[in-house]
Amino acid sequence: MSTSSSISTLVATPPLHNQPVPQSAVVLRPRTGWFIVDWATLWRYRELLAFLALRDIKVRYKQTVLGAVWAVIQPFVMMVVLSIFFGRVIDINMEDKTSGIPYPVFLYSGLLAWTFFAGAVTSCTNSLVSNANMLRKVYFPRLIVPLASVGVSLVDYIVAFSVLVGLMFWYQVEPTAQIMLVPLFVLVTIIAALGVGIGLSGLTVSFRDFRYVVPFMLQIWFFATPVIWPVTIVDESYHWLLRLNPMGGTIEALRAAVLGTPIDWAALAISAGMAALVLLVGVAYFGQAERRFADVV
Amino acid sequence: MHDSVIQIHNLGKLYRLGGHTRLDQTIPDAINEKIRGAMGLIRRGGLATPKKDNREFWALRNVSFDVALGEVVGIIGRNGAGKSTLLKVLSHITDPTEGYAVVHGRVASLLEVGTGFHPELTGMENIYLNGSILGMSRREIKQKFDEIVDFSGVEKFLDTPIKRYSSGMTMRLAFSVAAHLDPEILVIDEVLAVGDAEFQKKCLGKMSEVAHSGRTVLFVSHNMNAVEELCQKVVLLNGGCVKRCSTDVRDVICEHLFGEDQEHLAHEWVNPGKEFDNPWFKPQRMLLTDSDGKPVNMPLSNNSDIWVQIEGEVDRLDPALTIGYAVYNEAGHALFWSYQTDQSEDRWPKLHKGTVTLRGRVPKRLLNEGTYRIEFIGGLHCRQWLFEPAVHAPSIAMTIQGGLSDSPLWIRKRPGLIAPVIDWKTAA
Repeated sequence: MSTSSSISTLVATPPLHNQPVPQSAVVLRPRTGWFIVDWATLWRYRELLAFLALRDIKVRYKQTVLGAVWAVIQPFVMMVVLSIFFGRVIDINMEDKTSGIPYPVFLYSGLLAWTFFAGAVTSCTNSLVSNANMLRKVYFPRLIVPLASVGVSLVDYIVAFSVLVGLMFWYQVEPTAQIMLVPLFVLVTIIAALGVGIGLSGLTVSFRDFRYVVPFMLQIWFFATPVIWPVTIVDESYHWLLRLNPMGGTIEALRAAVLGTPIDWAALAISAGMAALVLLVGVAYFGQAERRFADVV
Repeated sequence: MHDSVIQIHNLGKLYRLGGHTRLDQTIPDAINEKIRGAMGLIRRGGLATPKKDNREFWALRNVSFDVALGEVVGIIGRNGAGKSTLLKVLSHITDPTEGYAVVHGRVASLLEVGTGFHPELTGMENIYLNGSILGMSRREIKQKFDEIVDFSGVEKFLDTPIKRYSSGMTMRLAFSVAAHLDPEILVIDEVLAVGDAEFQKKCLGKMSEVAHSGRTVLFVSHNMNAVEELCQKVVLLNGGCVKRCSTDVRDVICEHLFGEDQEHLAHEWVNPGKEFDNPWFKPQRMLLTDSDGKPVNMPLSNNSDIWVQIEGEVDRLDPALTIGYAVYNEAGHALFWSYQTDQSEDRWPKLHKGTVTLRGRVPKRLLNEGTYRIEFIGGLHCRQWLFEPAVHAPSIAMTIQGGLSDSPLWIRKRPGLIAPVIDWKTAA
């Protein structure tokens, strides 16, 4: 912007008619440069975050007969189909490669985590556009909107998780104390989803193209992530590549925590690091794009 | 001098009509634009001032004024004068392009009632959601919940999703939440006209309660009566700039309603081109005539035959199409409205497709001496405005001098807004 340089020098010392600026004063002026998250404001608006998440959750299964059961049906049917496909049609003995875990359980635990991730990324990406009217009419930290959009997927995950418990019981897979780590790994998944979703939500405001890019991207990503296949089928020398995928080590760790198999901490650390990096980039872009949301959306 | 709670200094907001503010822009467009920008940079040799883009548009420019603590400031101006943009900048929704504003205190802005209302949620859930969006804490909402419900009058339907509400009920609920905001500075954009007449009165009452409670209020409205009643100071915007800013509220309102100066308001209006385009009625000309349709000369005697003649083209017939005029005095008060549908239905003039000349009589000996503004108004009855009074409607001027009555005593301007001649009798 041509005028911003001269303006910012002027703004640096606002001439305030002989009175000191009280703490509560807000100076509204052109913002330039990179934006850092304003944690204090974000914290003040935490209730709005909760209300928005709650709204999405409440609305999600309104006027449906099956309600939250839908959260289970999707990964469950997928699991059944894939089990039949690999187990009967192609007749691969997956149990050899999944350290003895029955393939349906292996599949379902992976699909669950992936459904959570993909759902969160999708709703996050569309969140700003679907709340466009709010952006145009009210002030609040914009970051609230993509953050709140993850709530729905999290609730779906928790609902669908109960079926996993039943499935494990049926196949007699005994959980270990490791299951206590699940919330931690869910957190890493959230970070990965937010990282991808926050940046994309900002991009979608200007370029609606991303609404079409995202489903497509997630589909390819699904096959590139060890969701329906175990890592052991990939040659050891390519494992580093799998781990650069923020969901790669994360999904494995989530599965291992539930099923009581050994956790590959190194893989998780790399994936989590990547997720954090993506989040940082996403938030930085968001902060920079944020100032024109109200004008563009 | 009071402490000022809002200081606005040289505020400006630039919109690009093309560029990255365009909605339909795709990535190739954006890249293309960036490349062209870079090429231009190389050609010009360094960071020369970019060429002025004629698709740029300053919605606000060089706006400066202060608002004192407890002041109620009205912001008026024609459509597109920058009123809403100013409120958006002050409520922190969008950044200014230049200049700055310092705001002391918690701001709540009401640019619309019912922002964030979700049709699937119940009335109660929406009260909490909307309150929270407007910046209320959960505790605050809980405290005021009963008051809000009382005010809205929808207590029976609190557990019903608002998609089953009538639009009036939704608006009432929305306004009720907004009315119970308790900020130090309130920024309001024309949200008063909601609900039925009774509820509107209630809203205005609430507004004046807020205005007189010592709170600082910024208030955008086209309703000049409300502005005059509520505001202690008025800012008149024109083309993004402050044209007047004064505590002489009435004077600024007059200037707004009568334009530059009212003597220069023409006696005849001719559609300059495609203005007031709509599928129903295109006005071509408005003027004052005598009963034969000949244009009259000003000033007019109050006893002469005066007709407001409206010529135009009916493109689509609609039984709800109403066309008429409104009369304003110099102070900007609407004296009366009249439509071709004033009388019983069998006496309505028949409209037909094509060119139509409508004539409405100006009543004899009703108005006082003075200059009046006659505004062309019309719309689809109870559906939408086509020519909204004081917002988007052409006007002409009419001056009345003499002919007030046959009495030898009352021949000059009389006290009162109007000067009807009344029958008097002695009781038998």
